[in-house]
This record gives sequence, structure tokens and C-alpha cells, in this order.
Amino acid sequence: MAAAAALRATPLNPVHRALGAKLVDFGGWEMPVQYSGIIEEHQAVRRAVGLFDVSHMGEIEIRGPEAGLLVDFTATNHARKLHIGQAHYSGLLYPHGGFVDDILVHKVADDHYFLCVNASNQEKDYEHIRAFNRFDAQVDSAGERYAQLAIQGPKGPATLQKLTAVDLSSIRYYWFADGTVAGAPARIAHTGYTGEDGFEIYIPPAEAGRIWNEVMRAGAEFGIKPCGLGARNTLRLEAKMALYGHEIDASISPFEAGLDWIVKLDKGDFVGREALLRQKESGIKRKLIGFEMRGRGIGREGYEVFLDDAPAGWVTSGSPSPTLNKNIGLCYLPADRAEIGRIIRIVIRNQPVDAVTVETPFYKRAK
Amino acid sequence: MYPENLRYTKEHEWIRVEGDIGAIGVTDHAQQELGDIVYVDLPKPGTQVEQGKTMGSVESVKAVSDIYAPVSGEVLEVNGALAEAPEKLNQDPHGEAWLVKIRLSAPSEIDKLLSAADYQNYIGAEK
Repeated sequence: MAAAAALRATPLNPVHRALGAKLVDFGGWEMPVQYSGIIEEHQAVRRAVGLFDVSHMGEIEIRGPEAGLLVDFTATNHARKLHIGQAHYSGLLYPHGGFVDDILVHKVADDHYFLCVNASNQEKDYEHIRAFNRFDAQVDSAGERYAQLAIQGPKGPATLQKLTAVDLSSIRYYWFADGTVAGAPARIAHTGYTGEDGFEIYIPPAEAGRIWNEVMRAGAEFGIKPCGLGARNTLRLEAKMALYGHEIDASISPFEAGLDWIVKLDKGDFVGREALLRQKESGIKRKLIGFEMRGRGIGREGYEVFLDDAPAGWVTSGSPSPTLNKNIGLCYLPADRAEIGRIIRIVIRNQPVDAVTVETPFYKRAK
Repeated sequence: MYPENLRYTKEHEWIRVEGDIGAIGVTDHAQQELGDIVYVDLPKPGTQVEQGKTMGSVESVKAVSDIYAPVSGEVLEVNGALAEAPEKLNQDPHGEAWLVKIRLSAPSEIDKLLSAADYQNYIGAEK
């Protein structure tokens, strides 16, 4: 791969190579798609614990007396309502109501918010937020200052607990704490993108290799496995978590994507609010819905969906589900026909194959 | 790694010829690139396949990939075990997990295929 020279790499790139990972171009980053195999890695996360390098993800820090006002003006959820040490999922929208990106907002202090954003959107997000910054707040692109590891799975907390004095059981889901991991400063967040319990830690890039090895050692007794983006995708799909460029993009609104819960229309003005109000009044035209294949085949991203022999929508993500042993996916359908239990036909390489719309998430962990 | 008695294509199929019968499969490199294989679609016995044309597909968790006929001929037999256990393609791609056997209609087509050494060089270069 001669083009590899132009790709960006995380500090853990040499570790992935040494582990024999299959590396791919993921939005301009050379990232591991798998080590031992997607299904094996997926099962490790559902049954025990897996370790992901997600250092390609971007970070943006917003500081200043009006930091909260800026976040609330550019993101759909109500950031100022967060407690210090709490995080939530949110959306950056264009004025027309489509997604710039989906993000995690962490409230570090009243005058400091920490955003985790998608790797390939980080420059765009930074410019977008700055363009709307008419507040007393500084926007800082901080992607280079953080490596990020995700320790996910039922044994994730026990694995990480060995490496930190922070009592992880005291960090509730979607809360975070600043402390140390293996002696290095770390922001420890009880978040994840797998539908499983676990943590995401933000650490200094120079320490990433050492901490990776410490986590692997700590998780050895549980059978920890390094996991790539392939398993990350099948895990998030089972949990029906959106992936930018698939379920959401500039042409899709939060209402269409079923993300009404991250939109707080009555918190005051924000970018995209007017468009969303209009959409709320007129109703959405299309809606994201889950499906299971009935016939043989996998309905994959971009495949056409037919209703009553006419094209009606498209698949945003589709894959075998290693947990359910079924072929599952998400698609957009006309909103008035997107009800559960409807037979749809997905065109798989010129062949219509039956599928049925189903309740989501496909997988929900037992609490 | 790549058996000397097989011939290879740049699309990552192999063929083992005995007389005018050829067993066709996909290479170890192909199965590694694909990852966990979940479906194999193969032509039925009696189908005429043509060198370099699509004759089926292999699908993994991640992606679907066409299989091209390394040579022309008539499909005689399909490896039925793969329908139930497609993961055999990940485990033994050059042996147990052959895909189809065909009767070659133009045996000289074999000369256009790569030797094990050439294929090894080719995938080395591709990487």
C-alpha cells in the first residue's frame, strides 16, 4: 500500500503492526480493522473484555466564562444542565438541520467543556464551532494532545481498576473522573460505543504504548483481546449506535435518525433549531428503522430497499450479528411506512431478498 | 505457503488441474483479506464458466467479494460442505475448502495463470 505514507497514524500504530493487525484506511487514518478476527474480538467484548485504540478520535476543548453558552449554541443537547463530571451524547448541526457530526460533551468545569468528536470530522467541527463563536469562549483543537483507549466488556471495569486508584464503581454511566492510569494522567469516562459496560480513557500520546501493554496485562486473566474497528462496528450496530457517514450525515436530521432525545428545543436558540422546529411541525419524511434478514444474504450499506415493488429507502449499515446469529441492519424508510413488523425487500446484487423491520436496539446488555 | 502444484490468478483464486478436471478455490491471501467468511455463493453443476468472468461470490462479516473463473469449463461438482461451514475457507483455503470442480474446455488457458512463486511476488508487491 504505497498510499499508506499519506495516512495519519495513532501513537499505537507500531503496536498494531507488531500484533499482526490488518490495517486499513479509515477516513484518512491507518487503523486496525482486525487482529484475530472480527467475530472472536466481538465475542471477547460481549463475554469478557476487549481493548480498542481509538486515538484517531478528535478532541476539542472549549474554555472561558461563556463556554457553556457556546456549546449550547452549537450542539443540540443541553450542556449547561450537565453536572461537573458528567457527559452526554449530542449533535452539531448545520443551520438546515443536518449533522455536522455527533459528539460526546464532557463538562469538566463551569468554564470548561471537553468534546470527543469523530476522527475525520475534527477539523470541520473545529471550524464550525469557531464560526459560531460570538461568546467569551476559546475553542481549542486538542486531538494531538490525547490518545484514547476503550476498555469495553463486562470485565472492562475490573481490568481498568487494577491500574487506577480512582474507584471506578463510583463513576456512574456517562460520568467521568480525572485521575491516573498506570501512573499517567488520565480522563476516565464511563462511556463506550459497544453497548457493553466499560470505560474510555484519554491519556497522553507519549504514554499510550506503555498503558496499552499495562491494560493487556491487567486483562490477561479475563482473556482480554485487542479489538479493531471491524468489531467496533458490529458491536455498535447491535446496540443501534449511529455512525457518521452511515446513519447520519449533512442530509439527515436528528429526528429522522431517531435521536430526538439529544435535541432540547426549549433550551434557547441553537444552530439548526429553526429548521428542526419546522420539521417538527410538518413531520419527518423518512425514518431510521432496524431490520433482520429473512432470506439468505446481508443487506449492506447503500443497498436499495423496496416496499411493494417500488424503491422506498436505503440501507445505512448491515452486517451479520455475531451475538444474535442473524443478519441485521438499519435503513431509512418513508416515515409513514416505517413500522415494526413490515416485510421489506433489500436488493442484494440485483436480487430482492426479504427482510422484516424489527425493534431496536438489536442487543441490550443485562444490567 | 502457496503450493507449487496450484496455479493462481491476480484475483486470488487457485486451480489444481488433474487431467481435464480442475478444482478451484480462493487463496490464503484472499481469506486473510476478507476475514471471517459467512457465505459462499457458487454456480450449480452444469453451469458454463468463462475465464476471467464472475462465477460466484464470497462474503465475510466485513465485505462481499466476487469469485472469478480461473479457466473456462463446465461445473461438475460443488463443495456442499461450505454452505453449512463457510468458515472452512478461513481454516483450509488450499485444501478442504475447494469451491467447485470443473471440466476444462480450453486447457491451454492454464498457461496464462501465475505460478506459486509469481503469485507470492504479486501479493508481496500488492502489500
